[in-house]
Amino acid sequence: MNRFRRRGGGSPVDKPGDGPGGTHERPRVDDLGRPLNEAAVELQETGDDPTEPTELERLTAWLDERTGLAGLVRTTLRKVFPDHWSFLLGEIALFCFVILVLTGTFLTFFYVPSAGLVEYTGSYAPLQGAEVSQAYNSVLFLSFDVNAGLLFRQIHHWTAVVFVAVIVAHLARTFFTGAFRRPREINWLIGFGLLTFALAEGFTGYSLPDDLLSGTGARIAYSAAISIPFVGPYLASLVFGGEFPTAAFLPRFFVLHVMLLPALFAGAIGAHVGLVFLQKHTQFRGRLQRADNVVGRHFWPGQAFLSMGLFFLTAAVLAAMGGLVQINPVWAYGPFEPAIVSSPAQPDWYVGWLDGALRIFPPFEPTILGVVIPSAFIPGVVIPGVLFTIVGLWPFVERRITHDTREHHLLDWPWEAPFRAAVGAAILTFFAVLTLAGGNDVIAVFLDLSVERLTWIFRVLVIVAPIVAGVVAWLLCRNRLGRPAPDELEPMDAEHADDGPAHAGVALRRTATGGFEEVEG
Amino acid sequence: MSQARPQDAPRETPLGVPTPARERRAERIVLLAFGLTALSGLALLVLYALGGQTQLEGILLAICLGGLGVGIVVWAQELMSGELRIEPRHRLGGGRAASEAVADALTDEAGFSRRRVLQLGLVGALSGLAAALVVPVLSLGPAPGKSLFRTPWTKGAKVVGFDGVAVKASDIPPDGVVTVFPEGFAGNAEAQTVLINAGADRLQLQGQAAQWAPDGFVAYSKVCTHAGCPVGLYRASQGALICPCHQSTFDVMIGAVPTFGPAARPLPQLPIQLEADGTFTALGDFPEPVGPSFWNMNIGPIQIGGGDESGASQPPATAEPGP
Repeated sequence: MNRFRRRGGGSPVDKPGDGPGGTHERPRVDDLGRPLNEAAVELQETGDDPTEPTELERLTAWLDERTGLAGLVRTTLRKVFPDHWSFLLGEIALFCFVILVLTGTFLTFFYVPSAGLVEYTGSYAPLQGAEVSQAYNSVLFLSFDVNAGLLFRQIHHWTAVVFVAVIVAHLARTFFTGAFRRPREINWLIGFGLLTFALAEGFTGYSLPDDLLSGTGARIAYSAAISIPFVGPYLASLVFGGEFPTAAFLPRFFVLHVMLLPALFAGAIGAHVGLVFLQKHTQFRGRLQRADNVVGRHFWPGQAFLSMGLFFLTAAVLAAMGGLVQINPVWAYGPFEPAIVSSPAQPDWYVGWLDGALRIFPPFEPTILGVVIPSAFIPGVVIPGVLFTIVGLWPFVERRITHDTREHHLLDWPWEAPFRAAVGAAILTFFAVLTLAGGNDVIAVFLDLSVERLTWIFRVLVIVAPIVAGVVAWLLCRNRLGRPAPDELEPMDAEHADDGPAHAGVALRRTATGGFEEVEG
Repeated sequence: MSQARPQDAPRETPLGVPTPARERRAERIVLLAFGLTALSGLALLVLYALGGQTQLEGILLAICLGGLGVGIVVWAQELMSGELRIEPRHRLGGGRAASEAVADALTDEAGFSRRRVLQLGLVGALSGLAAALVVPVLSLGPAPGKSLFRTPWTKGAKVVGFDGVAVKASDIPPDGVVTVFPEGFAGNAEAQTVLINAGADRLQLQGQAAQWAPDGFVAYSKVCTHAGCPVGLYRASQGALICPCHQSTFDVMIGAVPTFGPAARPLPQLPIQLEADGTFTALGDFPEPVGPSFWNMNIGPIQIGGGDESGASQPPATAEPGP
């Protein structure tokens, strides 16, 4: 069955590399001297159609005469999108951002970014008469006294939680398939920036209700900041407007959360998606898929409808979660009081690994020549800094290891790069163990262990588990690859990286005795 | 348009070649889904007008959005062409010629490219402007100065509770714990202190520390020396103060020395004395900085840029009670 059908006449595939200056018969060019693609040429050819223009044609003509964009729009509508479920992760992240902006805008109409104290007089009985900040007061008002207010607040929070998770999944997809390789290093960096913006958005947003839990989180962030060598107390003072707690930090976090970070975010998303548009999407190699083409559905209407549908389905799931599953019940935590703390205390999941690192790092606070290295410095600053640097610069780290500087438009299957897969598995496991450690008090109760013993278990696990995960991933990949161990430090699959069919290897079959034998593949 | 889509071959959707029956069924599903959206949208309006109910609103909104999603996806998958298209991928960039052309365009104005001195001057001027624009960032917060080294506790300060009322020894039963503040600073973040009736027979404090614990009452800073959370749990049987954030554990009996968890520094002890009327007063501030450690805590405040402190606004939280 041939799913691909040629267009009427002519080859559907242009030869790659028909750049400007080629001697090809047909280099039709636009006003800027760029070659027109097939679609635009077609448009040119059919442009002087003698038949009566339709209403739609009249509208597009009106716009084109004023913008000159018809060719670009046509190209966009006919753009080809490769089809693989994992390519939808980035789209879901984008949709989450849209939902966050929509629901967040609604929230800003009610939220008051002020630490000024008022007496709570709303309809939540247990807190009536309590002196609370205007911020906390406004969140309670929105939750209890605004019709659909709690729904949209909870959708916003759930979306934020899902948002970071989907970004991490998208990042993992990009990592394990090698989609970050040349020419897409810039987009990896932009994507990494988006992850850090998302974390910053999450943390600032989490802090805004000024409840006991979020205030404690802000206190810990402040403490991590002052552990930065010498300039830490200055930095912390500049961010928080003085020594924690201050009246300044809520309005500042609010501006960061609703203005600066979203603006950065929107700009970075534009660049991220724009680069995908310019570079065209990557794809897995297949019968038709080669390094010099893109195989998939046209953007309009097939892919666009799928994406629209996915947007509404994403929104539907988040609406159901926002309506049915409670999240961040700030009225139960109570207003922030610097001298009060609740137990157990867990942050949103994406901060859990940082909290876990702070929990299980041993008490290490040496004094060298009178200078104290604070106990929060290594787990709170060095470990996250080093890890994020490695992840952020991974395209360049991997290139140093593999010396692979060629262009890649075809994706690896994760097992085709065992070393990369091992590193990825180890890093993910490290984060996972730390995240679990962030809940050690809860897990201790659940497992009926003492927190002390469980902390020691995590201290061992955080070293051992990533190594085990890395080795296991490496072995599984090699097994799946089905060929003798390649030197992992050589360019991966140099012969077949960008052309030809799937990896040329031998198939292995597990024998009854547990060994392996080659089979005809 | 017609050129690009040959009509001779049977149309194929992403889910295979459709039969008329299957197409009709798909159409019905799409219409049903869109109908659900419209109905639940109206129901949402009615529910809102009736006063709203969070769970029902969530369900209706989910059906509303989900109907659209399902309808659109079924439409795309069952009723639209799933033809695979192939688009050629050209090499990115225009090669050597293009980059040379850009370099030329950037530098072919001799009045710009040959004026090295002026270029340097421009860079210098812009750096000066950047510095002038960045400096106001310092206004965002006061230089920390001595604020991390001291708290509102002073010699003679009355020991009060959250309510601002003086705490009496008789109010605290054996193994009892009270959070206390200097008078006038109830609820203050840096001054928060735990006052514990640990019992003179169980306390094993040495020297001055022992004199600061009259009648078995001992006071430690409540700010954890690890990450600054309030050390809010007291396990009386072991005389252990525990921070619920990261489980740092401090032995109250031997000077709040950390015995477990990530904290490495004892909680500073507040020197207090018991007055004749059963209340407490402080003999002075904590002997060392409270809260999380910082690099220069044993060296003293580091002044960056000299006069920042005077120019910066004073935040309310660091208001000092005076010497």
